Amino acid sequence: MIEKLTNLLKHQIEDLGMTVIEGVNGLGAISLFTGRFFYWVVKRPFRIHLFFEQLYFIGNKSITIILLAGMFTGMVLATQTYFGFKLINVDSLVGAIVAISLSKELAPVLTGLIVAGRAGSAMAAQIGSMKVTEQIDALEVMGINSIQYLAVPRIAAATIAVPMLSIVFLFIGNFGSWLVGTKTLMIDEALFFSKLGDFMYVSDIAQGVIKAWVFGFVIAVIGTYFGFQVDKGAVGVGRGTNLAVVWGMISVLILDYFLTSFLVKIL
Amino acid sequence: MLTFEDPAIKFKNVTKQFGEHVILKDLSFDIARNKITTILGFSGAGKSTLLKHILGIIKPTSGKVFVLGQDLEELDKVQLREFRRNFGMLFQYAALFDSFTAEENVAFPLEEFTKLSTAEIAEKVKVLLLSVGIKEDSFKKLPSELSGGMRKRVGLARGLALGPDIMLYDEPTTGLDPITTKMVNNLIVETATIHKDREMTSVIISHDVKATLEISDYVAFLDRGTIIEYLPVLEFKNSTNPLVQEFINL
Repeated sequence: MIEKLTNLLKHQIEDLGMTVIEGVNGLGAISLFTGRFFYWVVKRPFRIHLFFEQLYFIGNKSITIILLAGMFTGMVLATQTYFGFKLINVDSLVGAIVAISLSKELAPVLTGLIVAGRAGSAMAAQIGSMKVTEQIDALEVMGINSIQYLAVPRIAAATIAVPMLSIVFLFIGNFGSWLVGTKTLMIDEALFFSKLGDFMYVSDIAQGVIKAWVFGFVIAVIGTYFGFQVDKGAVGVGRGTNLAVVWGMISVLILDYFLTSFLVKIL
Repeated sequence: MLTFEDPAIKFKNVTKQFGEHVILKDLSFDIARNKITTILGFSGAGKSTLLKHILGIIKPTSGKVFVLGQDLEELDKVQLREFRRNFGMLFQYAALFDSFTAEENVAFPLEEFTKLSTAEIAEKVKVLLLSVGIKEDSFKKLPSELSGGMRKRVGLARGLALGPDIMLYDEPTTGLDPITTKMVNNLIVETATIHKDREMTSVIISHDVKATLEISDYVAFLDRGTIIEYLPVLEFKNSTNPLVQEFINL
């Protein structure tokens, strides 16, 4: 009985050890991959058309979902805040609170999560399927670096597109908050804007934009990295896509805490 | 073992090991210029590893690989990339870029590596596609809209776009029906013949014996990392090596 328990414990510790080793290996591999991005991003030729293609895909094609998510987030946040604040007679602060929440947290984080789900998964799937059908080998045989051709435009475009989408999210969210706050909940419009001006600072927007910028970069690095890791046919493409979404979202949430801790001190 | 005075490709005591697993064992052989040479062998014999050594994608554990007289080990990564432009390659499943049309696939290397104008590229693409038997109404089709044989033709046209010195074929007839196999074989021979003035060397990696014996000038048989027979095609057919005979008569 004791021997069985000892063996079980031994296996558990071994499994934990293996998980840690795999995690560290993965982190090392993704760091090297990021290093290769920085090496290739400054090397000629600069394929600007690929950058704009990706900017269009990540940016323009995400606009509708960002508008919808932003609008309803602002509306629901205003409604929830209103009923809480009304109890202590500070309902005129609804606009300001919603705006600060959106600019510092919700706009960059929700935009990051949406882009990770939409574009991060697409990056992993596109690159992964190119890998299993030897298209990446074909690029390499032609003398074209696949990281430079496939990863660099995607990472660069996501790094630019996500902050832009986050700003769109912020504005549409505030519009939703204004709409619900002043037209449905009947908060005085002048007070709504006056409090917004009193409590909202440029640094709040800057904090959100910096976060979104980091999230865009990380989501695209993870999406492209898992695309290049695909190795076992259609199953591998599915697994790579799944890992890209899961780790993209988790990274956004974890990074959000550390970025917040850092940015509140400097901004 | 066959040797040539000025080979297109030369393997000199090449050994490749992954951990304890030896894939290529002290391999020394030449591939003749301006000829069609086929490397035959069972699955897992080391054919793909050998191909990757020719392309410089992987480096030998020991020994040297010379391509067109150049020791690949002497090239740094950037030089190696540039050197690879001497190669054209037809992949087993053509490896066409699936978001590009047939003509965009063929135009791709020309756009990347030449300073030709758009009109000149379009003209060259047209000539290349027509030369491999693709009709103009298929130029704008995506790879998913093309048959397996047509995809191979487009892949061949893309491989030939930059006028390579060495054309590599990875299992060119695997999985094709007999008629398409014959068509691909004819294309390989035509391609080698048409470009004879430019000394184009063709290297085929295959386990399709019948197709190989019809089109090759030389045939090598790779078994567990070692070339156990390497002869002109007619002599190869009459090889006394029991493994080769077994393979031929399968």
